[in-house]
Amino acid sequence: MKKMFVLTLSLAALGLLVSPWLILRAPQESTMGLVQKIFYYHVPTAMVDFLTIYLCGIASVAFLVKRSPRADALAVASAELAVVFGACTLWTGSMWARKAWGVWWTWDVRLTTFALCEMVFIGYLLVRSYGGPGSRGLAAALALFGCADVPLIYVSVSIWRTMHPQTTVVPNLVKPMAVPFWVAVFTMLMLYLALLLARLLHERNRTRVDELYVAAAEAGLEE
Amino acid sequence: MLRLVGLVLWKDLVVEWRTREIVSTMLFFAVIVMLIFSFAFLSEGRASGDAVAGILWTAIAFSGTLGLSRAADRERDGDALRALLLSPAPRAALYLGKTAGIVIFMLATELVVAALSTILFGAALSAHAAELSGLLLLGTIGYAAIGGLFSLMLGRARSRDVLLAVVLYPIIVPVIIAGSKGTSSLLESIPDLAAARYWIKFLAVFDIVFVTLALWAFEPLIVERG
Repeated sequence: MKKMFVLTLSLAALGLLVSPWLILRAPQESTMGLVQKIFYYHVPTAMVDFLTIYLCGIASVAFLVKRSPRADALAVASAELAVVFGACTLWTGSMWARKAWGVWWTWDVRLTTFALCEMVFIGYLLVRSYGGPGSRGLAAALALFGCADVPLIYVSVSIWRTMHPQTTVVPNLVKPMAVPFWVAVFTMLMLYLALLLARLLHERNRTRVDELYVAAAEAGLEE
Repeated sequence: MLRLVGLVLWKDLVVEWRTREIVSTMLFFAVIVMLIFSFAFLSEGRASGDAVAGILWTAIAFSGTLGLSRAADRERDGDALRALLLSPAPRAALYLGKTAGIVIFMLATELVVAALSTILFGAALSAHAAELSGLLLLGTIGYAAIGGLFSLMLGRARSRDVLLAVVLYPIIVPVIIAGSKGTSSLLESIPDLAAARYWIKFLAVFDIVFVTLALWAFEPLIVERG
């Protein structure tokens, strides 16, 4: 796991060095100009956010079924990263909206759905912190319900007129724009994996320390 | 199975009939919420259809949380939940019985709140009583299905009342949107029945998804909690 962490972190660092240069060299979009370049980080963070949300949901189901501590560790790590990447998506989106639409926030379908997903996962972390006994199971249920809720939230708010650019923009990118975009996606994915592995390593070490503490107490070594 | 659901429900109804605690506190709180919101939304003595629908559903959501907390508190007193779990009854029957109880308490409150909306805001809610009943019933089932599960799970947490709102509200947002949009479409000058029926179907889908998920999740969750 440590080797994978070093590899993904190195690739993420390389990507973070190279991608700004590639984004700078990419042609400017005709209508939005310079402000469109935020898209190169905004969309990849949103993609990674959805990935981590559903990974958290799958790990939560695995935890509820098998009571596996590894599934729980994966779920909590994914939930924390869902909050981080969700906040980055909302922040970069807000900055873009300020320039493109003249407002920091609007009740658009995708914005509302994303904000509510963010609330679900902040709720998850609050439950983990203050839920007391049984909070792991409750948080797992929240993640599972949150994942099932995403399409329903999307449908329920889709009656509002959407101003958000369509997702069909991505497959139709011209090559000079597609290269920096996919490099940014790869960078975000590597950054996500590095952070996920770091969090899983931390959780593994914490469990090991707990076990050692219990073993020391049983052996009468504790003061 | 159905008999056991009925027994759990009957127990909750009898306790409530003797104390009248949950429905009376929910009702009081719902009326207070309606009055507070009416100060913000009334203009020249009248509120728009959108505002009335919003006030109605906000009052239902807020008072529902109060009822959920108290219903779960009853199971914690004297470790009653553990006693229920020790019985050979299927866990699904316990969950369905508790949820049915919450649905009935909430519907009793909603009946009065809807009648008050008609009186206080002059809203023509009785004109399309069937559609409104469908929205209220399905919305309440969805709300209680999730709320009942979470409130029982939060049984022993120190800050359970705060956490219930934290976990419940983001998940039930589609219920509130569907309920308020459906109600507001019934209160337009020319009622949009097609829109109301769309939201009724949406709530039915929500209920099927979340009651199924809650039934599946209740067993593994209650084992850890109980």
